[in-house]
Amino acid sequence: MTNAALPLSAPGTPSARPVRRRIGWGWLGIVPFLLFAFLFLIAPTAYLVVGSFQNAKGALTLENFQQLFSPAIIATYGNSIEISLVTALAGGIFGFLLAYAVISGGLPGILRSALMTFSGVASNFAGVPLALAFIFTLGRVGLFTIFMRTVLGVDLYAGDFSLYTKLGLEIVYLYFQFPLMILIIAPAIDGLKKDWREAAENMGASSFQYWRHVALPILMPSLLGTMILLFGNSFGAQATAYQLTGGFIDIVTIAISRQMRGDVLYDPNLGYALAMGMVVIMAISITAYSLLQRRSERWLK
Amino acid sequence: MGFPNPSIGGSAVQGALGPGEHGSAPARGAGRVRGRYLTRIAWWLVFIIGVLYFFIPLYGTLDFSLKSKPFLSAYTAILNDSQFVSTLTYSFVAGILTIIVSVLIIVPTAFWVRLKYPGLRPIIEFITLLPFVIPPIILVFGLDNTYGTQPLALTNSDNGLNVLLVAAYVILSFPYMYRAVDTGLRAIDIQSLTEASQSLGAGWIRILWQVILPNLRTSLLSGAFLTLAIVVGEFTIATFLSRPAFAPFLGLVGDERPYEQAALALVSFGITWVAMILIAIIGRNSRSRIRVTVG
Amino acid sequence: MAFLELTGIQKRFGEVAAVQNFDLAAEAGEFVSFLGPSGCGKTTTLRMIAGFERPTSGKIVVKGVDITNRAPNQRNVGMVFQSYALFPNMTVADNVGFGLKVRKQPKDQIRKRVGELLELIHLPDKAGRYPWQLSGGQQQRVALARALAIEPQVLLLDEPLSALDAKIRVSLRNEIRAIQRQLGITTVYVTHDQEEALSLSDRIVVMSEGRIEQTGTPFEIYNFPSTGFVARFVGTLNVVSAKVLDPTAGTLETAGQPIRAAGPISGGHSGDSVTVALRPEIISLGAREGMNQLSGVVDDVTFLGSIVRVRIRFSDGSGAISFDTFNNPHLAVPDRGTAVTISFPPEACLVLDRAEIAAAAAPEDPDAA
Repeated sequence: MTNAALPLSAPGTPSARPVRRRIGWGWLGIVPFLLFAFLFLIAPTAYLVVGSFQNAKGALTLENFQQLFSPAIIATYGNSIEISLVTALAGGIFGFLLAYAVISGGLPGILRSALMTFSGVASNFAGVPLALAFIFTLGRVGLFTIFMRTVLGVDLYAGDFSLYTKLGLEIVYLYFQFPLMILIIAPAIDGLKKDWREAAENMGASSFQYWRHVALPILMPSLLGTMILLFGNSFGAQATAYQLTGGFIDIVTIAISRQMRGDVLYDPNLGYALAMGMVVIMAISITAYSLLQRRSERWLK
Repeated sequence: MGFPNPSIGGSAVQGALGPGEHGSAPARGAGRVRGRYLTRIAWWLVFIIGVLYFFIPLYGTLDFSLKSKPFLSAYTAILNDSQFVSTLTYSFVAGILTIIVSVLIIVPTAFWVRLKYPGLRPIIEFITLLPFVIPPIILVFGLDNTYGTQPLALTNSDNGLNVLLVAAYVILSFPYMYRAVDTGLRAIDIQSLTEASQSLGAGWIRILWQVILPNLRTSLLSGAFLTLAIVVGEFTIATFLSRPAFAPFLGLVGDERPYEQAALALVSFGITWVAMILIAIIGRNSRSRIRVTVG
Repeated sequence: MAFLELTGIQKRFGEVAAVQNFDLAAEAGEFVSFLGPSGCGKTTTLRMIAGFERPTSGKIVVKGVDITNRAPNQRNVGMVFQSYALFPNMTVADNVGFGLKVRKQPKDQIRKRVGELLELIHLPDKAGRYPWQLSGGQQQRVALARALAIEPQVLLLDEPLSALDAKIRVSLRNEIRAIQRQLGITTVYVTHDQEEALSLSDRIVVMSEGRIEQTGTPFEIYNFPSTGFVARFVGTLNVVSAKVLDPTAGTLETAGQPIRAAGPISGGHSGDSVTVALRPEIISLGAREGMNQLSGVVDDVTFLGSIVRVRIRFSDGSGAISFDTFNNPHLAVPDRGTAVTISFPPEACLVLDRAEIAAAAAPEDPDAA
């Protein structure tokens, strides 16, 4: 189709300039994009990649990556992975149930669009204000904490619970995790055809059998894929944790922040390696997500 | 695991009714009715838990912000706080610059790829999705190092840092902007529009500016509001580039002014809310809709 | 007692009556079609037999057992959906075997039965494929096999061919009929395509606006439509309005020209407005002695392959009549605009009930379909 579209010029109008030549410069249209992406995305990342293979003197080394396997750093990654797994699973399951409730649970239709707008807001409501909102709610003198103590006589802080720990962070992360699940899983639930349920029933399947053999397997790629996306979403989050714990929780993004701030253990090359480890994990989750999404699209078309 | 067994309380079969069937069939048999009734209650319960999870923290924040004496003093205080005004202005200006640069870069790219270089699509899509793989903390880490030393030092001057900040935000906006524009382009027949414009004697600039862009208005507005919401709330990059933006200011208001901090958090939430509602309204008024996904 | 009996079926959705006064008695092994335009209640009736909808009143009996209030999964009624509704996560074999798996039948028995069914639908080599790897026609055959796997008492097909290409539609419909005959299974087939209904069915139920218009064999429905609706919906009959001149002599007037029916017009009075149905294939070009003759102007000529359809418009603007001639290159087909006379025997002139007058006032253009 490239040159097929020769413009017809009406008599009296100046004849169009040769299309071929103009198309010859057409690729210029994407140069700004490629240049910009190179300067501010590819190059900085490449800088980290190169740096992660160098020592402080600039010599080639794998030392930084060996250090990644020191117990302290493994523990850091472990914490990040644990938090991400827990919030991806819990947020994924709850988000799915909520999405299913408003789409197919027989709730009034208006709740669906309301929930979708809420989810758009909440999934973007991360960082400082989110951390603050939970401090005012579940902190030592938070609204909910006081409500529990004075009205129900339950002291949340009597035991090990604290908002400023892993568990606390998980509760806070869920606030943007489950709405994200709702946004992404809703089209998949919409894609479940009523005919499939009827066909299953028609052949004698119970509701349980329909879910076990038909609906869940069909949704599984979407469910898994989206939960993996939630995993990455949580893994890369920094601001919320930073604000909530004042930078005193041992997760990867905070460890990288500390390297950047130049604290006691300052070693930029180790920082680069930390960042690389993170990019690898993020890349794996995004790839897995898109592969699963592709399969699900084929099914739900 | 997380699968909604609609059979709570009734026999498994009886709860098995599709969405459209509720209430249409006359109720026969008490078991069936009870099963469906309980199923509906279970879904309502899930919904209510979700709503509580969503609103309690907001209410907690509101409640706290109103405890300042005299009434509403936290809100009057932030309005009179010059830093509040200046940081919010800063973030909005950064957001608008981000949107302008992003549109100028993305629209021609998406247009060209659709029209002439469909083979490049996977590559462009891959690049626009990279910000999901490279989170802000890593992006700013890389930028800070790359542009922290000569010959490309941008981190030495305020202007240089401002450039870096907007550049980083443009990168963050890529996934949303590209998707929005690409979806918008799919909805209109750009091939015919372009050929029609060409046959009438229009050049490429005119085609993009007067034909394609106006047709993308709704997609661009959706992408723009989302970008604005993200930029105004962005904390990590602004902090590490030491920019006087809104989110870092919010974090630094600190313990000595807790009521104001609560009020500010609500204001920040309100900005996101307004942006999302605007997107919803725009989306409702147009047939081309974008899916908002965040990584 | 008939094998499948629907008695006094009513279905209301709120204020709207989707189906009313529906009665049907189908014999074992009979192929019955529900024919009508969309929204006429045919699919709703089918879904009531399957159990997806419950009748507001009335009774559904299969083999003497009242199944009106049974859950869909307790009915043993096989259904084929318009959208195929194959489970995308399962292979062809798993789809076909699903009903047996749900019934907890032993694995090797399922495998054997699935093999037989795939032979039956001529897809024995596709067992391991997924639905998205098959063509539409193949998918619908698999859906048919799946519905048959549970050895249902009644087979229900809901517009199974409407999503397919014209050519596949014809071959698959012959296959469906062959399989149905081979298994002798009582079948209810829903369609809006009169050709499908005519070619497949033992009996056709023509429906309109939730009511049965006529029930009969394809021959009866086509040749002796009892209402103007049936006449217009089934086949390409010409439906023109006419005025009764003399009911006992069977004479009428249409487009200002006199015509004669085969016999007296029962219950008609002189001056009554009635509807007359004329089949296109029985009309011939030219004036013939002893036949009804009508004169008009050729309005349109359409080549339909082996036949040519000519439309005549009457000068008084009262309507048009179409007729067919064989596409014989040696015979001249009149040009548009020429004045011609057509002839047809009195027996071809079917006088329909007068209640249909209003609807027939604007005769439907048979070519528009």
